[in-house]
Amino acid sequence: MITLHEYLMEIEGTNHTPGLDPRGIILKGGYVCDMLSDVMGSAREGLAWITIMKHLNTIAVASMTGVPAIILAKGNVPEQAVIDKASEEGVCICSSDLDTFSLAGILYTLLQK
Amino acid sequence: MGEYWYIRPGLEESVNGFFSAQPEADMALESQIPEKDFNQAGKGSAEVKNLLKRLGVNPGILRRVAVAAYEAEINVAAHSLGGTMMCRIYDEFIHIIFKDMGPGIADIEQAMTPGYSTADEMVRELGFGAGLGLPNIKKNSDALHIHSERGNPTLLEFLIYFMSDE
Repeated sequence: MITLHEYLMEIEGTNHTPGLDPRGIILKGGYVCDMLSDVMGSAREGLAWITIMKHLNTIAVASMTGVPAIILAKGNVPEQAVIDKASEEGVCICSSDLDTFSLAGILYTLLQK
Repeated sequence: MGEYWYIRPGLEESVNGFFSAQPEADMALESQIPEKDFNQAGKGSAEVKNLLKRLGVNPGILRRVAVAAYEAEINVAAHSLGGTMMCRIYDEFIHIIFKDMGPGIADIEQAMTPGYSTADEMVRELGFGAGLGLPNIKKNSDALHIHSERGNPTLLEFLIYFMSDE
């Protein structure tokens, strides 16, 4: 297990939800998918969800499934309304310039150490 | 007439007893789900999730309730002319009922097949409409009942026990 903070350091990620401390979020895995329907069936607590989807329903899906962190790939940045919703729901939303393949690879490598 | 029942094995007696008696709930919540409003859809699920959390329901059960309820809310928003979500909370389980204003499901067995979907482009662009909603509701429920026919309102209701293992 690693903290979200450790992961963000490796991917040069930016946390958009300053009220949530990445040092206190434990990751034990990840889930990579842009299809919300599929994420609803498989995502759960302790997973970082790597995606390019950044609308309000993304936050709702994370909240319902218990996902603590969303990592937006390829420099995608959510709108303020989405960030506000994420803060309200306690879902840490972050961005990185890397693509989903690299983001998943780095997370996998960190978790194997 | 389309009728679908699923009851998790071992719970038949309890579930059938409940549906024939339909006792008064300890607590109830109700919310509206307007057609194609994907921001409003989810509010009812969030509300019930927060209430159950305050009541001390364990996180695994909480997740199952939230996921099943959110899937059903998205279905009502995506496929119907709008509807209502009603939650009834009892000591041992939660009963959530969705009633919409039609136009009904033509073939429920087909709709239950993973991957089958009639969702439109707008729904798919949001990342929904993969044909996984109903199977996921079933997976997370201890009992699921759907009553629907083409041209009429649909009723979908499920029970989730607070003490169940899965």
